[in-house]
Amino acid sequence: MKFVDEFRDAELGRVLAGKILATVEPGRHYKVMEVCGGHTHSIYKYGIDDLLPENVELVHGPGCPVCVIPMGRVDDGIAIAHQDGVIFTCFGDMMRVPGSNGTLLEAKAAGADVRMVYSPLDALRIARENPDRQVVFFAIGFETTAPSTALTLKRAKAEGITNFSCVCNHVTIVPPLRALLESPDLRLDGFIGPGHVCTVVGARPLAFIPADYHRPVVISGFEPLDILQSIEMILRQLAEGRCEVENQYKRVVPAEGNLKALEVMAEVFELRPHFEWRGLGFISQSALRLSNAYAGFDAEQRFAVPGVRVADPKACQCGEVLKGVIKPWECKVFGTACTPEHAIGTCMVSPEGACAAYYNYGRFARERVVS
Amino acid sequence: MSVSSREERILGIIETARAKRPRFKDERVTMAHGAGGKATQTLIEGLLAPAFGIEELADAALLDDVALTTDSFVVKPLRFPGGSIGELAVNGTVNDLAMAGARPLALSLALILEEGLDADVLRAEVAAIAAAAEAAGVQIVAGDTKVVERGHADGMYICTTGVGRRDPRAALSPGALRPGDRILVSGPVGAHGTAIMLARGELGLDADIESDTRPLWPAADALLEAAGPSLRALRDATRGGVASVLNELARASGVAIVVREGDVPVDPAVAGAAEILGIDPMYVANEGTFVAFVAPEAADAALAALRGVDGCARAAEIGEVKTEPPGMVLVNTAFGGRRVMDQLVGDPLPRIC
Repeated sequence: MKFVDEFRDAELGRVLAGKILATVEPGRHYKVMEVCGGHTHSIYKYGIDDLLPENVELVHGPGCPVCVIPMGRVDDGIAIAHQDGVIFTCFGDMMRVPGSNGTLLEAKAAGADVRMVYSPLDALRIARENPDRQVVFFAIGFETTAPSTALTLKRAKAEGITNFSCVCNHVTIVPPLRALLESPDLRLDGFIGPGHVCTVVGARPLAFIPADYHRPVVISGFEPLDILQSIEMILRQLAEGRCEVENQYKRVVPAEGNLKALEVMAEVFELRPHFEWRGLGFISQSALRLSNAYAGFDAEQRFAVPGVRVADPKACQCGEVLKGVIKPWECKVFGTACTPEHAIGTCMVSPEGACAAYYNYGRFARERVVS
Repeated sequence: MSVSSREERILGIIETARAKRPRFKDERVTMAHGAGGKATQTLIEGLLAPAFGIEELADAALLDDVALTTDSFVVKPLRFPGGSIGELAVNGTVNDLAMAGARPLALSLALILEEGLDADVLRAEVAAIAAAAEAAGVQIVAGDTKVVERGHADGMYICTTGVGRRDPRAALSPGALRPGDRILVSGPVGAHGTAIMLARGELGLDADIESDTRPLWPAADALLEAAGPSLRALRDATRGGVASVLNELARASGVAIVVREGDVPVDPAVAGAAEILGIDPMYVANEGTFVAFVAPEAADAALAALRGVDGCARAAEIGEVKTEPPGMVLVNTAFGGRRVMDQLVGDPLPRIC
């Protein structure tokens, strides 16, 4: 595949691995967090860990949009899905996220009309094709997916479509990162910055990490060579005593971000005063809701929802995993009570979740293979 | 990647839990039970096999030298690039016989038709069934028809049962894999499932991808001729793809499997579509591509014989059977890393960002 294979070249990977080895100080342990779930997935899918020296540890951060959805929000979605005449639409991963009483996939099997879509525009098309039904889109994601929800709502408004609404769970990346950096039990040396989010917001919003917390950040692409090069750039900053935001993903991420996307987001959304994050609790100004101009499309206003806060299951340690305090396998229920087929925590659901990625891809070590 | 002893212990507990016979505890059937992954396995191994006292699950049952198998077809849309439901209904069943080392002889055919189905659509599928049966060298010898109300059966569902004669050269079993065995695939993987997904038109993607549906007895025949008793097992990689086949056989034989990702043939158009959808072609359904497990000394001859069969020119050796860790499939990635290739949990759902 042209323009893809070039970024998966094993020979160049070995060269970068050699540079990384030459950059690290022996005896020093490095903890680098990849913020974005897309990076977590790539790291496991390509086995990038295997190319790193023993003393460079990758910690999986909170940037998986499915993983941060709390149970109460899933319950709200299921309650709407069960209402008469509703077609409930969401991304595929979301269908397997457990609420306090089952998943959307189980709600579907029990009779709710739940449909998987690949884009919010697909949900709008369903609304257009079913004028006598209420079509609800369960919107999730960071600044990466928020513009597509915003554009869809703009189009719905322009076309005068009244049977479409949206449960807005869009979140923003900076507040949870700040919360993480404030957390006393955290020890990180640097960050692999979220390439897709930065495509929209640019590099500037991450400047507080070196400025306030003295940690290097490298905004990274998602192919294996991108990630290896970003790790090398972070380690080089550390070796040279520098601390700044660098952009490895220049072919996609402009320094100022995507101004048109930011403009449409500003029109359609406003900040929520606070929002609950799975495992991280309430974080102020960390999520988006529909602005007054779009309040008519807000499913939380159109439908009666329980809106009840549901505590995370006691046994589940998603929060500590999301903060990188424990490794997935250190969670008490990992792999036994909590598996991808019967997940307790959200980290076990999405292929971008740290637990699912480790369970599906990483659950083994080279030394264990015997011919 | 090194492992602390505590991690090692926890991984051990997980493997013990995974090796247990799954129990069917779900409250309702969900679409995941039909996707060919873990939920399907739970349904079959946890509910069906124990109820009927079935010990070993193979593509076809052997009753002395007679092989028997059955399959049902619910594909949507009925026609897709490279084939149709009628052609699948023949090839799917004769292939289950071929994979058990049996020469297909005859099929029964049951049609479940939806009220209002266009007669020309039905005629076209009947013609497709007749043509596929002739190409596969089998006769349709018994049948049944039912009609259900509009709104059911998506136009038509088809069930076929196949009878074959066990080939005396074959000593195949899903539990027969031994460390050192080589793993062959008969051609590029992932074409059928990708063709169907694109034909549904929900993704707004267009690509020149055709289903690989074809009868497999000629390929099985060539392999039996070249490798005889050194041929350990054959499995067509339908629902759940090549990855699911490898997991099933690793478990059934109590061995590890290591796949060399870079050696797996994938058509560029399939690789491109899978890339955009965020799915791995190894988990995508095939209808004519199969996996063969061969003792090392016969592997080269088997591969050469396979490549001489029509439709299998791009057959390749993709990996090897190992001892530890038993029941697991591992991949050496083309990038130089390593990971687990587990069973599928649900449908291959695209990642969202």
